[in-house]
Amino acid sequence: MTSIKLKLKEKDVQQLKEVARSFNNEPGELINVLHKAQDIFGYLPAEVQEVVAQELNVSVAKVYGVVTFYSYFTMLPRGRYPISICTGTACYVRGAEKVLDEFKRMLKVPVGETTPDGKFSITCLRCVGACGLAPVVMVGDKTYGRVTTDGVKDILKEYEDAE
Amino acid sequence: MHMLVCGGTGCRASASEMLYENLKKEVKEQGLENDVQVITTGCFGFCEKGPIVKVIPDNTFYVSVEPEDAGEIVAEHALKGRQVERLLYLDPVDKKRISDSKGMGFYKKQIRIALRNCGLIDPENIDEYLAADGYEAMGKVLLEMSPEDAIQEMIDSGLRGRGGGGFPTGVKWQIASKVSGEQKYVVCNADEGDPGAFMDRSILEGDPHSVLEAMVINGYCIGATKGLIYIRAEYPLAIKRLKIAIDQAREYGLLGKDILGSGFTFDVEIRYGAGAFVCGEETALIHSMEGERGEPTFKPPFPAQSGYLGKPTNVNNVETFANIPVIYNKGAKWFTSIGTEKSKGTKVFALAGKINNVGLIEVPMGITLREVIFEIGGGIKDGKKFRSVQTGGPSGGCLTEKHLDTPIDFDNLLAAGSMMGSGGMIVMDEDDCMVSVAKFYLDFTVEESCGKCSPCRIGNKRLYELLDKITRGQADKEDLDNLRNLSMVIRDTSLCGLGQTSPNPVLSTMDNFMEEYIAHVEEQRCPAGTCKELIRYEIIPENCVGCTACARNCPVNCIAGERKQLHTIDQSLCIKCGACLEKCKFNAVKII
Repeated sequence: MTSIKLKLKEKDVQQLKEVARSFNNEPGELINVLHKAQDIFGYLPAEVQEVVAQELNVSVAKVYGVVTFYSYFTMLPRGRYPISICTGTACYVRGAEKVLDEFKRMLKVPVGETTPDGKFSITCLRCVGACGLAPVVMVGDKTYGRVTTDGVKDILKEYEDAE
Repeated sequence: MHMLVCGGTGCRASASEMLYENLKKEVKEQGLENDVQVITTGCFGFCEKGPIVKVIPDNTFYVSVEPEDAGEIVAEHALKGRQVERLLYLDPVDKKRISDSKGMGFYKKQIRIALRNCGLIDPENIDEYLAADGYEAMGKVLLEMSPEDAIQEMIDSGLRGRGGGGFPTGVKWQIASKVSGEQKYVVCNADEGDPGAFMDRSILEGDPHSVLEAMVINGYCIGATKGLIYIRAEYPLAIKRLKIAIDQAREYGLLGKDILGSGFTFDVEIRYGAGAFVCGEETALIHSMEGERGEPTFKPPFPAQSGYLGKPTNVNNVETFANIPVIYNKGAKWFTSIGTEKSKGTKVFALAGKINNVGLIEVPMGITLREVIFEIGGGIKDGKKFRSVQTGGPSGGCLTEKHLDTPIDFDNLLAAGSMMGSGGMIVMDEDDCMVSVAKFYLDFTVEESCGKCSPCRIGNKRLYELLDKITRGQADKEDLDNLRNLSMVIRDTSLCGLGQTSPNPVLSTMDNFMEEYIAHVEEQRCPAGTCKELIRYEIIPENCVGCTACARNCPVNCIAGERKQLHTIDQSLCIKCGACLEKCKFNAVKII
């Protein structure tokens, strides 16, 4: 964790406290609270975890343990257009790896990171259940099916034009 | 007339929502509002040809329908009563258009029990479920049967857990019913983590009430008043439909206090997973529901004795639950008439990979892999040769040609070195390197190992490294021995099912495709031509016409050559992406 403290918006912190209260500040609701926290802040930096720990009266270590255990939780901010490449088995045998390599090559960032301009981030996910369209790529909530290495630049262009 | 539009995840990804809107708009514009109802349903299963539109009562089955086709369907079919020929399924064998899904190879051998309502009813409307005999089984059990009789019926049916383990459901219920405790829990495991399996999600998206109904029955049998559904947060559509279903069931008095005047009280809540494969294991799942890291614990105590919050808990999987109402409606005897001696009923498989008809299928136990792959699946894509079929996900194994005529059931798959698992079935062709496939699964296991026990945490990492070494052509024969020995140790000494089964992809590929391992080790050669470090792309001079297609598409500009001249690849710069091979229309690029 970095030594520079992130300043959280007071409004967001209040909202998080509200969420914790709606779960009766019950330690057993930790995962539910973290889901909501990630909705509010977009990710779960150490500072957010500290607030959660305080509200549910559990140690920060425990919160950190849970956050790092589950792949859905992230401690790094995602891009404005988060790109998720499905690496489930069906997509793998239909060439997901090549598509992933192409995204990494075009954006020049590794999996799990965000481009310096904050626009795109790359993550892998396991099976979105659209195996008929393999290989599948999601950008935000939008699903792209039967993606080829050629198609990667078209997908990126769509979002570059959007801004 | 009803127009059913598939609203499953696969079809939604191909704009089926827009198609639905367009159909509604066209129906309105063409003045047919009173005659035609457009309904969104769950998954039809035939994802390869989605989006699907089915018109009833005449059962016309339209495939690969685009939003722009809405006008024509309404004008031709609804108004003039003429089928839109070009949207009907084209039989690949006799090249005829087929209008009724029953006549398609994909559906002919299927028996739909768990998926009975998927693609037939609107999952967001409880009245449609009720019209399809919904909650009838629950009424029968609650009002006419004692818990003991109901459990006996479940035991007699021979239903075995569809999550992978295959434990007899009735026996599980009996154990839970005999444990004393004031508060007991029924848990539905909807944490489908197997990459390539999506049956649980499709059931929840297409027929959520069937799961709720079965949970109430389960609660009545074991004496639990509370049900919890543990579902992945990655399934937003399933969560949404489940929430709607729970609210509607409460409103109708089918959940809550004194259900149907039986005096029995039962309610259901949703708990969210956060993406951890190990949470499919029941003890890990229970810890996750308690807000902890999803790490498994040693059994005994079994969840039936001490589960959620230390209380007796019965955990069943989504597909298992979806079978239950039908068993009570039609009787255990009927259910046992389907399937093999020790595996009754049907199993849903997510058929995917290098196959013509990708989709979700439900087949009777005892069907052969050959029937599934070549009849229902329509054979291998692009006329390639069948290589292997992987069942059971990261816990299963790769089966081969010689297993094709084995009847599929829990025990036969286990005996063949694989397992039923949750029902992923991935077909591979001659271009798939089996060592790489084993590596792919180990990569998954390494990432998903919870880290609690060392055989799984450290052992699988070492397995992965050995496989990586082999795919790079840097391994020797001793590494192959180590690979097998280590696999045995991990299998025998891991704490939970994840570690105990994680070496299966390695062991089964070693058993069935040893020659591929040997080619990698002794000749530094990848027979399938996929291991990047063991192959190179070259241009065949006789075939190259100098069209420049390869050079223009090479992402690293490592192909040189003028128009109408022979091209050459600079091997020192080549990243082996294969773009040249894909683009060449003259078969002038080959893998060496």
